[in-house]
Amino acid sequence: MAELLFYVFAAVAVGGALGVVFQKNPVGSLLFMVISLGSVAALFVLLEAHFLAAIQVIVYAGAIMVLFLFVIMLLNLGHDYQADLRTGFWSVLAFVAVGTVAGLLARQFRGAAESPIYQHFPGPEALDALIAEQGVVGVIARPLFTDYVVAFELTGLLLLVALVGAVVIAKKRV
Amino acid sequence: MLVEALVVSALLFVIGTFGVLVRRNAIIMFLCIELQLNAANLSFVALSRHLGIDGQIFVFFVMTVAAAEAAVGLAIIISIFRHYQTVNVDNFNLLKW
Repeated sequence: MAELLFYVFAAVAVGGALGVVFQKNPVGSLLFMVISLGSVAALFVLLEAHFLAAIQVIVYAGAIMVLFLFVIMLLNLGHDYQADLRTGFWSVLAFVAVGTVAGLLARQFRGAAESPIYQHFPGPEALDALIAEQGVVGVIARPLFTDYVVAFELTGLLLLVALVGAVVIAKKRV
Repeated sequence: MLVEALVVSALLFVIGTFGVLVRRNAIIMFLCIELQLNAANLSFVALSRHLGIDGQIFVFFVMTVAAAEAAVGLAIIISIFRHYQTVNVDNFNLLKW
């Protein structure tokens, strides 16, 4: 059952991503993106990352996508129906670049599951036991507020800088 | 399920790269960059299932940085739109040789 759901959501995520690239209308593109992000959140659930799935839906599919939609409406781009795909040299270059990346990634997957690197690490059972013991939020919160607390505080600073920067850059007159 | 998740992540990343290279609308290019970030997140989560919880914490940070980046990037796009009245990147050719 989980396997079947995994393949269904994986297909929807990839289909949504293709919709983002090939949809002419920016608003349609954005809605395909929301579909893709939602399916990836479902994949997170199937991979036992429940907290991140919730964050993905709330922050990514909710807040960030609304920000994009708001900018599209503010700039009145919803009526852009002409195709803006590049042709000629650029599309050939894009195919070559994408083919290279795909080939390099495909090489990595040969026998990834049997790779010796996984012998030295705890494996899925250890993580499942940890989640059963501390809960899905506790298992993330504990390292976040102990080992990674400096990075966590710096993240707050980064968000403040981004907030001030966005206001200053988007202002009419500086 | 690890290899399948990595394959899906690679597909999403490749589609995002393709979108950045072939679209001319600055907002859609930006959206495709978000797609690439999301693909990287998926592979982090898939690997964290085998290698420990740290991967999920990295995903948390990536999402925060993506939110900050989206706010600043969209502000830049608004500012450029005020100047050129378009978001088509072919028109931004001031630095073109």
